[in-house]
Amino acid sequence: MINILFFAKYREQAGLAETSASAAGIHDVAAVIDYLQRELGARVEFLDDQQLLIAVNQETGDRHSPVADGDEVAFFPPVTGG
Amino acid sequence: MKYLAIQTVAFDVGEETTQLQALGPELGAVASFVGQMRNSNTDEGREAVIAMTLEHYPGMAEKAIGKIIDKAFERWPLLGVRVIHRVGRLLPGDPIVYVGVASSHRTEAFQACEFIMDFLKTAAPFWKKEELAGKRERWVEARESDTSKLGEWK
Repeated sequence: MINILFFAKYREQAGLAETSASAAGIHDVAAVIDYLQRELGARVEFLDDQQLLIAVNQETGDRHSPVADGDEVAFFPPVTGG
Repeated sequence: MKYLAIQTVAFDVGEETTQLQALGPELGAVASFVGQMRNSNTDEGREAVIAMTLEHYPGMAEKAIGKIIDKAFERWPLLGVRVIHRVGRLLPGDPIVYVGVASSHRTEAFQACEFIMDFLKTAAPFWKKEELAGKRERWVEARESDTSKLGEWK
């Protein structure tokens, strides 16, 4: 399984903080995004945002980052801490 | 000393700084920064902000700040760094973030303190949501000026 996390305004838009996907056929972040768009439709419109940030296993990544079974993939907007 | 905490409870600036001051006889300087919650935002015509909730990505936030601290130690001869970032609901006047840096001389303490804050602002996964009048809420937008400031550290 691939564990998927959403934060901040994306978490609110998706209506969930966490979901998962079967790892079958998923080899990169782009495939995770395709899966989420099929499953959640308009709730994950933010996945097309120019500003979308991506982390794989808590390291900054992008749409081309490889993803494998057991990985954690997170989607979040630009950070505003400090 | 490398100390990092993400917590809901307030921190004591004096206590944090005292920890750094105790690092040994070669210590000559401690620089610290405290970020506090303002009662208005500056982006939207100084609208009053009643409260703020800070959300973070547990695990990644610690890793990201840890890396920033490591980078500061690679760049300057430091004796200690302490970073505390609060999460949860905060009110105007509440301290949000503490960065303290100890070194032998002041220049590296000042510089490393600013370096850590600049990278924390742009690379650590925290998000602020403001509570405004009339029960309205607003996610704080990232500032271009925070990102462009990183160029100064190239």
